[in-house]
Amino acid sequence: MMEDISSHIMDIVMNSVTAEAKHISVVIEKDPRTSILGLTIADDGVGMDSETAQKVQDPFFSTKTGRKVGLGIPLLKGTAETTGGSFELTSARGAGTTIRATFDSRHPDLPPMGNVRDTFFVLIVSHPDVDFNFHYFVDGKNFTLDTGELKRELDGVPVNHPEVISFLSKYLDEHL
Amino acid sequence: MNLEELKKIREKAQKDVELRQKQSRVRIVVGMGTSGIAAGARDVLKTFVEEVGKRNLADVIVTQTGEKGLASQEPMVEVFEEGKPAVVYGNMSPEKAKRVVVEHVVNGHPVSEFAI
Repeated sequence: MMEDISSHIMDIVMNSVTAEAKHISVVIEKDPRTSILGLTIADDGVGMDSETAQKVQDPFFSTKTGRKVGLGIPLLKGTAETTGGSFELTSARGAGTTIRATFDSRHPDLPPMGNVRDTFFVLIVSHPDVDFNFHYFVDGKNFTLDTGELKRELDGVPVNHPEVISFLSKYLDEHL
Repeated sequence: MNLEELKKIREKAQKDVELRQKQSRVRIVVGMGTSGIAAGARDVLKTFVEEVGKRNLADVIVTQTGEKGLASQEPMVEVFEEGKPAVVYGNMSPEKAKRVVVEHVVNGHPVSEFAI
């Protein structure tokens, strides 16, 4: 259903935003020796109790209830597990949620990475109140962006201001 | 981060920030639930954001929301214009988003053929 990894990331981060997170970190790294691709998304949102944390991983549970978190978690878990990887969700009420998925990048069923640049870009500019920490270490690329730092430099000018949008768009084109 | 460039942006933008915070004339809300994302909502959102940047639409805010509950018409977009009823667009694409920016957001005429 999700055509690429960057769409999975978009979707999982939207859960963090719905959970009222103010700081969200996204780390994508590929170990060049083992070819294992790791994705870690950590937030400081409201978190879940252990029962809910179990249920959100179950695709059949989620379709029957009106809860806020959609099918995105079981979809990511499915992608990880069918490509010889792993999936782990850690959460506690009031302590945020961390999702870690790994994939074997040599597996034939692994979806393409997709456009990570666009995922980062739209997340930053459509959530001016959230601080993002992005790390992308894959195939020789080594990209880090801390939007909290960016916001301090901007001194009150919001990240969704047209001037900043154009700057960020260029910046990401050049660096990612 | 190129600090010189950021400093220039900051000086240029700070003038209209106050104005913008008081009232944005148009708010564009893109549905970014799982089904919206699977249907291509990210590219629609990106197009709106880039058009706002390119056209320097300082009084327009682009934002997102979770599931809209109409999965068959994703990607969905709502446009809220000050003093007018909201317009809901369905089955959006980057091309359609560009038309909505020009015709609706800039010129004030909703694109009725995309509305649902």
